[in-house]
Amino acid sequence: MLTIQSLAKTYTDGTRALEGIDLAVQSAEIVALIGGSGCGKTTLLRLIAGLDRPSAGRISLDGEPITRPHPGVGLVFQEPRLLPWLDVADNVGFGIHNLPKSERAERVAHALERVGLAEHAHRWPRELSGGQQQRVSIARAFVANPRVLLLDEPFSALDAFTRKDLHRHLLALWEEVRPTVLIVTHDVAEAVALADRAIVMRPRPGRLDDTVALSMRRPRDPAAPASEAAARTVLAALDRSLRPHEPSRAPQLAGGSSF
Amino acid sequence: MNNPVALSTPEDGTVAASRRAAVLGIGARAALGVLLPLVLALGWEIAVGAGWASGRLLPPPSRIGAALWALAASGELWMHVEATLIRVGLGFAFGAGAGILAGALTATLPLLRWLVDPSLQALRAVPSLAWVPLFILWFGILETPKVALIAVGVFFPVYIGVAGAIASVDRKLVEVGRIFRLSKPALARRILLPAVLPATLTALRTGLGLGFLFVVAAELMGASEGLGYLLLDGQQFSKPDQILAAIISFAVVGKAADALLVALTAPLVRWQDTARETL
Repeated sequence: MLTIQSLAKTYTDGTRALEGIDLAVQSAEIVALIGGSGCGKTTLLRLIAGLDRPSAGRISLDGEPITRPHPGVGLVFQEPRLLPWLDVADNVGFGIHNLPKSERAERVAHALERVGLAEHAHRWPRELSGGQQQRVSIARAFVANPRVLLLDEPFSALDAFTRKDLHRHLLALWEEVRPTVLIVTHDVAEAVALADRAIVMRPRPGRLDDTVALSMRRPRDPAAPASEAAARTVLAALDRSLRPHEPSRAPQLAGGSSF
Repeated sequence: MNNPVALSTPEDGTVAASRRAAVLGIGARAALGVLLPLVLALGWEIAVGAGWASGRLLPPPSRIGAALWALAASGELWMHVEATLIRVGLGFAFGAGAGILAGALTATLPLLRWLVDPSLQALRAVPSLAWVPLFILWFGILETPKVALIAVGVFFPVYIGVAGAIASVDRKLVEVGRIFRLSKPALARRILLPAVLPATLTALRTGLGLGFLFVVAAELMGASEGLGYLLLDGQQFSKPDQILAAIISFAVVGKAADALLVALTAPLVRWQDTARETL
């Protein structure tokens, strides 16, 4: 379980990026963090990844405090960030360099198979399309078998068709390893398509504002009434979060057609 | 996206087409490139042969060729080329080695950078030839001052290039290393080193070019062998054909050294996404 207690981050220039963040995420749960720009979504993810240090509060994974990059936490950046001097297979295997060669090759091949890029294993990253590159970066995070996978708007630069395809690949990988997933997004449809819970954030300073439970069964059809109702609820919560000085409301249930 | 096979087929087609165009282009372009010097050389040969010009100060190609041939046949040319290459090689090795070391250290250790970089930048402003009298006083007139001068000339572009390359490594790629908890040495080896390699190789090529520039200066100042000596000897004994033979030798040796450096290092930067393939 990923636990975050009264977390705050103030940058050296005085910007209060995050304040009073409390969050508990169950193992294998998928949580979408959604909000306008500047509400600290990326900052929160970077703190959980251990790339930055919080100003106050603590983060722990199954009781272990996270103060720097942790082997149980993987991160997929907004851009693919592949290393241009390594071919696709070596990029995927970058984080499991300590494993024996045969096991590494096996896991890399399996992950590439899963994201549908097996035949591109020996190409250079520059020869792939943007969507393919992002799939490589997702495979790179998955081969390390993280307990928590963080995704920072990983599909925001891609077109709608590619995005939908990547959602499918992501869920397939998740089914297999079942990590806890925290995905930052500004796309309501993406949150509704993927998450068990959408948390709406509010800016200045960044706080968690509202939680919408998304309990529809998978695979989800974005056109189904339950999905559409859930999208409307999330959108309404998002609207409220952007309006100043309104007391946040209690968590509510959406997409109530669960079994 | 859903069908990678369909995606790759037209790509392969265009790659093959552009490669074919490139191969054709290379031959045609090379021919076009040698056309101008060839026409000029032929024209001069005819002009001197017909008696329109004396060719005393600018000998026709046949006389330069004969001079070159005579130097090569007597073995003298190889001796001069060898002497020059040894000087450039030693100076390049010392200068480039020191440049890489200094560049890497100042780029990674801020304290050292603040301490050393201003002085190095000030020294860089000194024209390298200004050191010659001092080097002769310090090291005598044999090989040491020549190698030292070449090393100084090579040092600065390599130092600037390497320090700049390390300073401009993408923070985003470094974070990929941090996420996978690479140790400092592993980060240097697996991310920093490959990232700075292309710029470092460019700096080395610049350095090598300057090495050839300074070997001429060094040899003009007093040497009993070397291509620079051949130049000076040609001037003192009024042998323009020998001067031109030495100049041609410089061009060939310099280009060959550069090509060797590129060929040796090309496999290291095969991954680069540059316009090279399409040019």
